[in-house]
Amino acid sequence: MDEKRRKCGKLFLSTFQLSACTFGGGFVIVPLMRKKFVEDLHWIDEQEMMDLTAIAQSSPGAIAVNASILVGYHVAGVLGALTTVLGTVLPPLIIISAVSFFYTAFRDNAVIDMAMTGMLAGVAAVICDVVITMAAGIFRQKRLLPVLILFSAFAAVRYLGVNIILIIFACGAIGAADTFCRRRAGRETA
Amino acid sequence: MIYLELLWSFFQIGLFSIGGGYAAMPLIQHQVVDMHPWLTMTQFADIMTIAEMTPGPIAINSATFVGIRVAGLPGAVVATAGCVLPSCVIVMLLAYIYYRFRGLSMVQGILAGLRPAVAAMIASAGLSLVILSFWGQRSLPDDLSGINGISVWIFCAGLLILRKWKVDPIYVMAGAGVLGVLLYSVM
Repeated sequence: MDEKRRKCGKLFLSTFQLSACTFGGGFVIVPLMRKKFVEDLHWIDEQEMMDLTAIAQSSPGAIAVNASILVGYHVAGVLGALTTVLGTVLPPLIIISAVSFFYTAFRDNAVIDMAMTGMLAGVAAVICDVVITMAAGIFRQKRLLPVLILFSAFAAVRYLGVNIILIIFACGAIGAADTFCRRRAGRETA
Repeated sequence: MIYLELLWSFFQIGLFSIGGGYAAMPLIQHQVVDMHPWLTMTQFADIMTIAEMTPGPIAINSATFVGIRVAGLPGAVVATAGCVLPSCVIVMLLAYIYYRFRGLSMVQGILAGLRPAVAAMIASAGLSLVILSFWGQRSLPDDLSGINGISVWIFCAGLLILRKWKVDPIYVMAGAGVLGVLLYSVM
């Protein structure tokens, strides 16, 4: 029980920090979580994190919230999920509450603007770092299909504006078909 | 009962905004500007600006903002709770199913197909952020010369530090914020 309480405390602190630094919402928190929970704490393995991201992306609601529910659930069950939701929701709740009372002044404040512009560059660097690591993992498999999926999914989402849910379903289907074919090929040669 | 109305409106936003981020924007507008007289269109546009400037998902940010305007701090809490409630139920159910069945080879095949797609989507989001950071807008401008030199330097320094020493990203982001204030006030 003590172990679980300790983990929940750590979960709360980690998600609170990440959420407080996640500008722009959406995908931005995922690489940050990966860095924290996969590389620093080793609570989740690399593949699992990718799976959790796909689930978070294809479920309704904010991706940041969904991803933190999944991480919390994996580490400490339902209690963990509730802890991480709280940790993720509190920073925006506090910040927006404060901002809403003087939001025109906030919008025009020069120092806040400088800090935000600087932090944006920092966040961009963190995400690029994670993308490099993930892409390297995919290239290391030395199979054509994952690389093909990587590039066509990138083109589809970026230049063709294809719905993300559609891409997720299509890639899942390709993965299933690939497994099916490889299994059959394996049986014929055996 | 204003709390129930807030809860129900943001419950719907939470339930139907699949894909996150900007996918939620039209839904929020429909609920808080068109369906209910909670915000004017100008206030709505202001929220989107603030949501982009402050941390946190857009849906949560607007839930808090609308909640406070309509019914004070309790309103903000109720609206936020409504917003995350659908996620809590659905995602926990999916998590249960995932951990139950992920040993099956077919499920593994599906997941193997998804992983490069996830990497691609993060790469695309990352590229948008780099462009936003360097040129101050979401898509690449025709004239590339308006690049923000300070942002480029902060970005390169951050990336170098991350690749070389694997530091906690929180420090990189906080450092970037401090550096931003310092550099912009000097220049």
